This record gives sequence, structure tokens and C-alpha cells, in this order.
Amino acid sequence: MQRYSGFGLVKHALRHHEDWQRQWRNPTPKPGYDVIIVGGGGHGLATAYYLAKEHGITNVAVLEKGWLGGGNTARNTTIVRSNYLWDESAALYEHAMKHWEGLSQELNYNVMFSQRGVLNLGHTLQDMRDIQRRVNANRLNGIDGEVLDAEGVQSLVPIMDCSKRARYPVMGASWQPRAGVARHDAVAWGYARAADALGVDLLQNTEVTGFKIRDGRILGVHTNRGDIEAKTVGCVTAGNSSVLAGMAGLNLPLESHPLQALVSEPLKPVLDTVVMSNHVHGYISQSDKGDLVIGAGIDGYNGYGQRGSYPTVEHTLQAIVEMFPIFSRVRMNRQWGGIVDTCPDACPILSKTKVKGLYFNCGWGTGGFKATPGSGHVFAASLAKGEMHPIAAPFSIDRFHSGALIDEHGAAGVAH
Amino acid sequence: MFHIYCPYCEEHREEEEFHPKGQAHIARPEDPDACSDEAWGDYLFFRDNPRGIHHEMWLHAVGCRKFFNITRHTVSYEILETYKMGEQPTVGAEHLAREEKTAREGKTDSVQVAEGGQQAVGASDAALASVKGAQA
Repeated sequence: MQRYSGFGLVKHALRHHEDWQRQWRNPTPKPGYDVIIVGGGGHGLATAYYLAKEHGITNVAVLEKGWLGGGNTARNTTIVRSNYLWDESAALYEHAMKHWEGLSQELNYNVMFSQRGVLNLGHTLQDMRDIQRRVNANRLNGIDGEVLDAEGVQSLVPIMDCSKRARYPVMGASWQPRAGVARHDAVAWGYARAADALGVDLLQNTEVTGFKIRDGRILGVHTNRGDIEAKTVGCVTAGNSSVLAGMAGLNLPLESHPLQALVSEPLKPVLDTVVMSNHVHGYISQSDKGDLVIGAGIDGYNGYGQRGSYPTVEHTLQAIVEMFPIFSRVRMNRQWGGIVDTCPDACPILSKTKVKGLYFNCGWGTGGFKATPGSGHVFAASLAKGEMHPIAAPFSIDRFHSGALIDEHGAAGVAH
Repeated sequence: MFHIYCPYCEEHREEEEFHPKGQAHIARPEDPDACSDEAWGDYLFFRDNPRGIHHEMWLHAVGCRKFFNITRHTVSYEILETYKMGEQPTVGAEHLAREEKTAREGKTDSVQVAEGGQQAVGASDAALASVKGAQA
């Protein structure tokens, strides 16, 4: 792999940028691999990378029906934080956060991770009680967090309407300074390039059409480019997980919903942190390019259409304008939707299945992006050892029958 | 924006008057105390999540405030029928398969399918027109 550096940039400039190496190969599928990862988004690519790097399993294929990072990885609002309430989820998201903090160096790829802090606003007394409880839980788990009052919020975000005149006045917020945003495409590309350099085959335009299962054991997958054998298969396919599980005769407790986001025309720097409000339901940050990145709620109905409904956009923008009257005349540039797989307890599923050798990593719902490195890291360890990693173990699918749910509806960014 | 026919109000109304309430036709176990953990968990948490035809409950929240059912396609979002609680759907996955087969074989004589399948209680006019248009 050609390493990127300032010196390299100068060297390539002298050669008119004509011999940059391709970031990854475009190999033809081999008849078999040690491990197959289905789904070439951030989580799948991260899993492949950590399999190769930490567990020495390099005979790995990532099967992607479209192009790398073309699904939810490219459709989210890029927020990274770890201030979740319960020990299990805090451990998982904080594991990811620690990876984020060194990710650009590790991958030799600038993922533009910017720890600009995240505010979760409270608009009611109950909001503030919940925020205090969550921040206390975070601190007990070694995760940074502070409770701010309205004045504290106002001093961080001068352009926000924190006055008592607002329809839903801001009473305070939780503040995680280590949280922030990252460049979503770069995360997928960085993992893809690093995994490819370690020998992982990234197979794009390769759609899984079925599983080869005998005596309750996975033997491989059927694809539109022929059959590929593997004794271990990990499915990381977000909104399409139910469809894939159905091919293996499995049922998952998931519902696929459209989740949309939108960006405005680029503006001069005006907002240097991330503001989220569960109560009025909108969240917003400003990208390095200058556009306001705004996240909406999910559409309540099931859908695979990768587009959102207009009433949802309208409600979200009402909330944003309520918080930021200064943005009332900003024009929106683009709007898009992704398909998120929501779980009844707003926590993901990282689990073995009834089919030996077949694993699922899904159910991340509306907040999977922030977990990309941690999810990939623990899922790779689980695939390599055949036993779920201790951080992943509580997220087994068995919890929906044992009752040991991890209810994160309060800390999940989007109501679902 | 959906334009939804409420089978109780017998009128088309805009999506914002309604709330989706998840999968329809889920029967509560008759004796919950006798359920295994498996059966009870399945009843509480496991839902159909098809990429295709889905039967779902909706609530006419700011209208008649009654629950009713919709059969809808989860990729095209086309509403194929709406029907009252207690009634059974007339459009199902097999209907879709038949339609796709017809389209594949290029048969144009599908008026009966359109009427038989689409005539179902209160299918929206737009949905009807688009289906008929596609098959004409």
C-alpha cells in the first residue's frame, strides 16, 4: 500500500499526480474463503480489516451488492458520541470512541474526526432529570459528560434561542466534549483501503441470493457471480438484514424504516458543535464544507424505499427553526433517505444464530455510524474465535426471549 | 405524501392525519401464562419485515380515531387496499407474484387481476390508476 503523507503529496505533485495507486483492487471472486462478510458498508469493512489485522485471517471476502459504503454509511449525519445510559451499550460505544480517537493514524487515511462536542438538549423538567441520570451513569463508566444549564448552553452556542420566549424553552443539556463528527465516506474508504492492503478481497456488484446450509451449518453463499464457499459468514447489511435472514430461514426482531437527512447550501462557519434535541426532535451540525447537516426522525411505517416522507422533513425543519431562528431563511440543498433496521430496545444485535457459523451484526437502527470501529472490532473478534466478544455478548439475539433487553430509547438519538 | 382512504370515514385524507401502528393481524396468545419464553418473545418482539407486501395497522388519529388495516408495498409504498379491523386482506404476496409473472410474460389481458385484486375495499384511486396503467 502506498502510504499517504505530506512528503508523498509533494512527490506526486512533481509528477503531475499521474501515478497515484488505486485505493483497492477489484478482484474476481475465489471459489472459497475462510470468512465471508456480507455487506460492504462501514461496519462490514471494519470487520474485515480487524479480522486481517488483529486475527491474521486474511483469506476474507467482503460481498457488496452495490458499491462500497453506498448505503447508510453514505446517508447518515456523521455524529460520533458514546454517552449511552446502560453499562452494556456504554461499553460498546466507548470502545468505538477509543478507536475513533486514533483512527486516522491507524488507517493512514484522514477520516476528519473532529471532536467538537455534542449537546443533547433538555426542554422539560423530566428531560433534565433524565440527562442528570445519564451523565452520572456515563461518568461512572469513565465516559466524559457534563450537565449544563441554559446559560451554559447559550455560551457554547450563541446563535441558539435559549430564551424563555421559545415555544419549548431550553432548560439545559448534556455535553460530551469528546464527541463530534467524522467524514462518513472516508471511514468506509479508509477501512476498505487498509483491508485490501492486508489481502482482503472486496467484491462489489456481488449480491448474495441465498445461503448454502447443510445439517444446520453454513457452507457458503449463492451470489449473482456464482457460489462462494466459507465456513464462517457474517452478515452486516443494516436495513436489508431481515431479507437476508429470511434466506437462511431465520427471523429477526427488526423493522426497516426510512430515516432521512438533509443539507443546506454552504454557509460561513456559524455552528462549531453538534446540537441534538430529542424533545422537539431535530439535530444539526455544520460540515467542514459549510452546509448545515440536519437529521430527521424515522418514518413510522416500514419501508425499503430509501426516501423519506415530506411531513417528516417539515416537522424536523420546524424544530430546527424553533431552536435556531437565524436559520429560518436558509435554503436546503439535498435530502436523502437510508433504510435503518430498528430493534425493539433501540440496541443492536451482534449474535450467533441457529445456523452454525452464520453471524449477524444488525439492528443498529438510527445510530450505527458512531459505532463503526467498535462494532467491526468486536464482531471480527467474535468471528475469529467462534465465541462472542465480551463487549458483544450482551447484544445476543437471545435477549428477546430471555427478557434481558438493553433499553436505550432515551440515549438513542432518534425516537424509534 | 400518502393519500389514505379511511374505511370508516369513507374518504381519502392526507398522511398527517394518520399514525402507522405496525404489523396487522397479530393474535395475542390465548393463555399468556402457558406460553414458553420462546412463544412469548416471538409475540412481543418479532415482526414481519418484508421487502414487498405488508399488512399493517394504521390509526386515523385526528379523524375518526379508529384503527384499520392497510396492505402496502414496502418498496414502491403503493397502498393496495385498506380494510376495517376484523376483515381479512384480499391482496397478498401471491397476488404480487402473479402480477410480476404477468408482467414478465408480457400478457396484457390482466383486467381481471386488476379488478379482482385491486377492487378490494377502498384502494386509492391513484393506486388503482397506476396499476391499471402499468398493465394496460
